[in-house]
Amino acid sequence: MPDFQFTVNGKPVSVTLDNDETPLLNVLRNNLGLMGTRFGCGLEQCGCCTVLIDGKPEKCCAKPVYAVAGKTVVTIEGLGTPAKPHPLQQAFLDEQAGQCGYCLSGIIVTAKALLDDNPKPTRAEIAQALDSNICRCGSHNRILRAVEKAAAVMRGVHS
Amino acid sequence: MNAPTLPPLLVENSVLERWVSFPAPGKVLVRTGRVEIGQGVLTAMRQIAADELDVAMERIVLQSGDTLVAPNEGYTAGSQSIQFGGVAMRQACADVRALFVAQAAKVLGCAESELTIRDGGILRNGAGTGHDYWTLAGAVDLSVKATGAGQRKPVSAMSVIGDSVARSDLPAKVFGEPIFLHDVVMPGMVHARVVRQPNRGATIGDIDEAAIKRAAKGKIELVRHGNFLAILGDDETAVDLAIASAAKHVTWTNVETPTALQAEASWLRQRPAVERTFGAPETTDGQGRQRFEATYSRGYLAHASISPSIGMAVFKDGVITVWTHCQGVYPLRAALVKTLGLDVSKVIVHHVQGSGCYGHNGADDAAADASIVALQKPGVPVRVRWRREEEFIYEPKTPAMIVKVHALLDDDGKPVDWTQEIWSPTHNQRPGAGGNLLGALALPNPPPEPPPNDVPELNGGGATRNGEPLYAIAAKRILHHLIIEPPVRTSALRGLGAMPNVFAAECCIDELAERAGKDPVEYRLSILTDKRARAVIEKVAAMAKWNPNEPGGSGRGRGIAFARYKNRAAYAACVVELDVDEEIRLRHVWCATDAGLVVNPDGAINQIEGGIIQSASWVLKEQVRFDNSAVSGIASFDWETYPVLKFSEVPEIDIELINTKDEVPLGVGEVTAGPTAAAIGNAVSHALGSRIRDLPLTRERIMATLLKE
Repeated sequence: MPDFQFTVNGKPVSVTLDNDETPLLNVLRNNLGLMGTRFGCGLEQCGCCTVLIDGKPEKCCAKPVYAVAGKTVVTIEGLGTPAKPHPLQQAFLDEQAGQCGYCLSGIIVTAKALLDDNPKPTRAEIAQALDSNICRCGSHNRILRAVEKAAAVMRGVHS
Repeated sequence: MNAPTLPPLLVENSVLERWVSFPAPGKVLVRTGRVEIGQGVLTAMRQIAADELDVAMERIVLQSGDTLVAPNEGYTAGSQSIQFGGVAMRQACADVRALFVAQAAKVLGCAESELTIRDGGILRNGAGTGHDYWTLAGAVDLSVKATGAGQRKPVSAMSVIGDSVARSDLPAKVFGEPIFLHDVVMPGMVHARVVRQPNRGATIGDIDEAAIKRAAKGKIELVRHGNFLAILGDDETAVDLAIASAAKHVTWTNVETPTALQAEASWLRQRPAVERTFGAPETTDGQGRQRFEATYSRGYLAHASISPSIGMAVFKDGVITVWTHCQGVYPLRAALVKTLGLDVSKVIVHHVQGSGCYGHNGADDAAADASIVALQKPGVPVRVRWRREEEFIYEPKTPAMIVKVHALLDDDGKPVDWTQEIWSPTHNQRPGAGGNLLGALALPNPPPEPPPNDVPELNGGGATRNGEPLYAIAAKRILHHLIIEPPVRTSALRGLGAMPNVFAAECCIDELAERAGKDPVEYRLSILTDKRARAVIEKVAAMAKWNPNEPGGSGRGRGIAFARYKNRAAYAACVVELDVDEEIRLRHVWCATDAGLVVNPDGAINQIEGGIIQSASWVLKEQVRFDNSAVSGIASFDWETYPVLKFSEVPEIDIELINTKDEVPLGVGEVTAGPTAAAIGNAVSHALGSRIRDLPLTRERIMATLLKE
């Protein structure tokens, strides 16, 4: 019964698991009740389960939880709330950037990592960063616009 | 005076309180049989109800897709929610409003004509009366039937319909709230996975239960009923490890899998078929006419929903309650009644959102799986979440199709006789159309195959959808070879046969224009009399600054295509600009759409845009591959073996709505599937100076065409 400690959205957590192969995604959803990180494939292909691990965007559906012991994890719930949205979340609402919305948690988290790293990305750079995520409904262009808008807001540029 | 004609859905669900009620002060409960599948329908329905009832949108609480309370509207499919569901909603609200106005007039002792409603409050000659929907609700009986007596608002009086109201479901999705069925947790719930029967008739040989339990590294249980085998347990990880090992530890006999050859559309020729013909009688005197024939095709496609399907069920006190993200809770209930052998009163189905489905994916089957397991485990909530490869392999595929156009031309090179000959398996094996639930095939005494059928032409047709172009051609007919033994289960995907049919017809029209030495836009307009059709073509040509003299063959190309969805719904025309070297890079898509009265313009544009991108993905990348060396026979089982369009591959898109407010509102989810595909095909031909008639437009096909040059 190994015991793992790490930080999720700024709070230290400790989980005891029967199985040390348990993916981080299952821990977030089933042990910690953080349902915002979605299951899409279990193969690290679609990006629905993207979280930040020590600031880097990573797919967590096949990542054993022991790999994050001692690290900091940020999920979509750690970005903002309806009362205090992250500029990306606000921009996605402003642009109505989504249809079914199942991919959005992973996409917003991936975009946050991009903007943290590159505050003024070109559209091509945003698209390239988001190639790690699949959107099947075809909301791509709205999503690209939303990320551009959020980047401008975060740089203090008002359009 | 004749009684007003009621919308059909209001005839079938005639009791007004099924649609509208006033459960608490300031609140309006509105129910729709339509379900949210990412298309924004719930927001549109709230807009419709707000306008017809004259209440603020915020007051409206919407319930949708529920066999206990919501109206039975069959399936949320075919771009019909707004056209049919919306009009029924409007009339129900108008009738309710009229009953309240009549009651208020009685209470106030005045004429109804003196009364208006503002945000639910009754005004007399513009002044407040102290009465509103909620004070009067006790005296107005809504258990009565709709009569159609309520006057629906004229477009000029609408204030909410026509507004780009923000999607009511989007905030939860942006903040990562538990809005999907996947996020629902119930006390005592078990996670379950199904060891899928590879095909009908396959039977379980040996099960090495001990090995599976060792692989699980945690407590699991096997549940078997006939050849239906499931693994369940409290810990999802243990269940996943167990199911992954089951491929090794469960053997099957009587396995039959499709072959690589069967994945190609060409395999459909010479197969057993039901022969169907529609339209003008066969032409016998084509003598002297120029003839043109061309054959187009498309392979099998997957819905490829971003999330695998999920179902939840609990069987308690003889009643099974099921949660699903399928498109039709009532048809699913009817199918579950048959599969489970329960009375209809003992099956309750609730809709909860899932990811976009775009048609008949695994949702119904996952709900059936959960129900079958739940029946074996009374009192235990059962959650069956399909695996990624399970969704790709076992979801119904949209059929491969061959479409051959035979045209007879007049001296100007215009078609006077048009035959569209279609080879296709069925586009509809939904449970409501007699299709089987997948899990049912593994149970003892599996149900027979449904008799060969397709979506009736009265409902827009399946393989024959858009099988006749809208152009003014003297004689048009469809020959449909309904292939009866396809290698895989086939069913509905966004637009059904419209995409391959419009691809064929509109590519063929371009080929005819080229023969006649005419510009594709000019040629189309010369054989098109429908004013709204002409308007979308003229509009999109203007948007794209279409230049009739643009030289082709240089690697950059432009193409145009047009269709009216089902020949009776919304109109769309697209222009595509792209580059081709070894691969195709889409640069820009322009689209003009006429969908009549638009309830939510931004929502409509979002749907149109999504339709364009999805169709582009089908055309450039998608085909389900078969391979009988795999256990399942399906070689497209994840996002690497079934790639879809990526962010960096999506073109710029400009869309304009021709908002013809006096026309009935028409759905737009499927309107661009065909025009996008054909415009890409025409642009590629323009770019290469050579035509590719088979989809998808893969690198191999482009290279083969370039080498031919």
